[in-house]
Amino acid sequence: MYRYNDFDEAFVRNRVAEFREQVRRRIDGSLTEDEFKPLRLKNGLYLQLHAYMLRVAIPYGTLNSRQMRQLALIAERFDKGYGHFTTRQNIQFNWPRLKDVPDILELLADVEMHSIQTSGNCIRNVTADHFAGAAADEIEDPRPTAELVRQWSTDHPEFQYLPRKFKIAVSGSPNDRAVTKANDIGLRMVRNEAGEPGYEVIVGGGLGRTPMIGKTVREFLPKDDLLPYLEAILQVYNLSGRRDNKYKARIKILVHETGLDELKARIEDAFERQKRAFPGVPADLIRQIEEAFAPPEFENTQSLAYEQAQADNPAFRSFVETNVAEHRNPAYGIVTVSLKPIGGTPGDATAEQMRVLADLAERYGHDELRVSHEQNIILPHVRKADVPTVYAALGEAGLATANIGLLSDIIACPGMDYCSLATARSIPVAQAISKRFDELNLEREIGPLKIKISGCINACGHHHVGHIGILGLDKAGRENYQITLGGDGTESATIGERTGPGFDAEDIVPAIEAIIEAYLALREDASETFLEAYRRLGAEPFKQAIYGENGDKARAA
Amino acid sequence: MAREYKPRIVTANDLIEGDVVYFTASHNWSRDIGEAVVAWSREAAEQLLAAAQAQENRVVGPYLAETDIGEDNRPQPVHFREVFRTRGPSNYFHGKQAET
Repeated sequence: MYRYNDFDEAFVRNRVAEFREQVRRRIDGSLTEDEFKPLRLKNGLYLQLHAYMLRVAIPYGTLNSRQMRQLALIAERFDKGYGHFTTRQNIQFNWPRLKDVPDILELLADVEMHSIQTSGNCIRNVTADHFAGAAADEIEDPRPTAELVRQWSTDHPEFQYLPRKFKIAVSGSPNDRAVTKANDIGLRMVRNEAGEPGYEVIVGGGLGRTPMIGKTVREFLPKDDLLPYLEAILQVYNLSGRRDNKYKARIKILVHETGLDELKARIEDAFERQKRAFPGVPADLIRQIEEAFAPPEFENTQSLAYEQAQADNPAFRSFVETNVAEHRNPAYGIVTVSLKPIGGTPGDATAEQMRVLADLAERYGHDELRVSHEQNIILPHVRKADVPTVYAALGEAGLATANIGLLSDIIACPGMDYCSLATARSIPVAQAISKRFDELNLEREIGPLKIKISGCINACGHHHVGHIGILGLDKAGRENYQITLGGDGTESATIGERTGPGFDAEDIVPAIEAIIEAYLALREDASETFLEAYRRLGAEPFKQAIYGENGDKARAA
Repeated sequence: MAREYKPRIVTANDLIEGDVVYFTASHNWSRDIGEAVVAWSREAAEQLLAAAQAQENRVVGPYLAETDIGEDNRPQPVHFREVFRTRGPSNYFHGKQAET
């Protein structure tokens, strides 16, 4: 893992001291809320529906056990005993008190963490493939790139007051697990014909009220050109992005309004200037970053214990089928720990569970943990021989739900249970869907399915790229839920199509059930996934399932 | 035609704790919506909000929220958002619902 150098350490400590003084001045009345609000937001501190919320950055989702234990301590000492892992690979604490926040930031600084740039119109926490450094399909570990981008973007003086927030995601594999096409900039590692590694650069993706799939502005960008090219994109956006209307201020609107060819020309022009002025990233810094992400020393010894445990224990076999992915080293597996127990809150982990995960990472996982944008935790390097032991320990902690990639592995934003921007709740919908399909015992029969729920149009729950997306709205003072179908957040990214009128809260689960029943009845065979069936059949049979042939079956409104 | 005026209360979040609070007749802040003072006219609501906004050393973001009056003669939330603010999140028994 990357470790802070003296500069990083001093920078973060200074920010904590500065914020401590700002909090003191707000409490004693020297600062008004109008003056204080931008300062607290610059430190990731929001005021939500019931309390303050502190958003802590987990750059590219990578943590070690010491950091995870510190998050547990903070959850216990300053919150209500749990934390919420988000779709931006951050963690949010939902109940801190204002006067305690400087102490929390101090504890974070002790383990090389912070909340800087987790809010505001700046370059946000860089996200990456949560299987980075472990995946069998990886071209190259995306984290050195993400770390370089993090260092470049942190407190970058030119990009602190962009037209709007700016999100960058990096994928090192052809299978996109970082939703690169729904970020302001998506970087996908590719190789050119000579076999040299570089990036496909995608610009202008994003969800929210105007969902758009990003467009490729460079098929191949040499690695050495990354920073001047990013500078060029950000400069063009900073100068030309709209500031007259916050709903039209993201770079996706600039791409749309300017046109791809014109925008590419402007970026290339700015890039030529930047490149001439750019001396290159110092070789020792590149070496230092790459060394920090050197793979651990793997033991290449295989064991029969893994296969034997699967033969002996059907529950363990089910867990392996869904929660263990192929590692680049055949003696290892990538274990995804579901934070989606049936009826639970997607993304929440208690302090005790965080400690169990930290212990397991330390003992069996080369001290590495990852947070996924799908709100789960990953142990990226577990010897297959150790997976049965890890599984048993997870089971004791309530963390062994075998549902990764299945219906109950739902992304749900905090919704109106916590968020002041939300227009309806998300969590109870996720809970009700997972409970209902658990009763029906259909989850494995249905197979791969991604349900994503947002409690407002800002789409933190990524509903536009859910195979089944649910958007909670306020319709005349009642919670109402719109459904989208056919969304996809991978390399074949697609925005889902809205089915029609939304459903009241009590009708949304029956509507989802009707969609699933239609899929099960219409699929060619069990190997055809929901998304494949939807792409083959189109929306019509699913609309009929929820609205009836005359559009009057369900109580949609 | 002018929309019929609905009675309103002033609500905000406590500066230090972040808790949902309601402005009372004595110009203090209570965590109990039942103790909120009700403005029965637009003018009274504006005056009440101005008085609440003057206390920004105690609260954050005061605003007017529509209210019903219950059988016990105490204010009650109208919109579901305000209902949630009176009780806390629906996924855990904590927040206001656990404290009262």
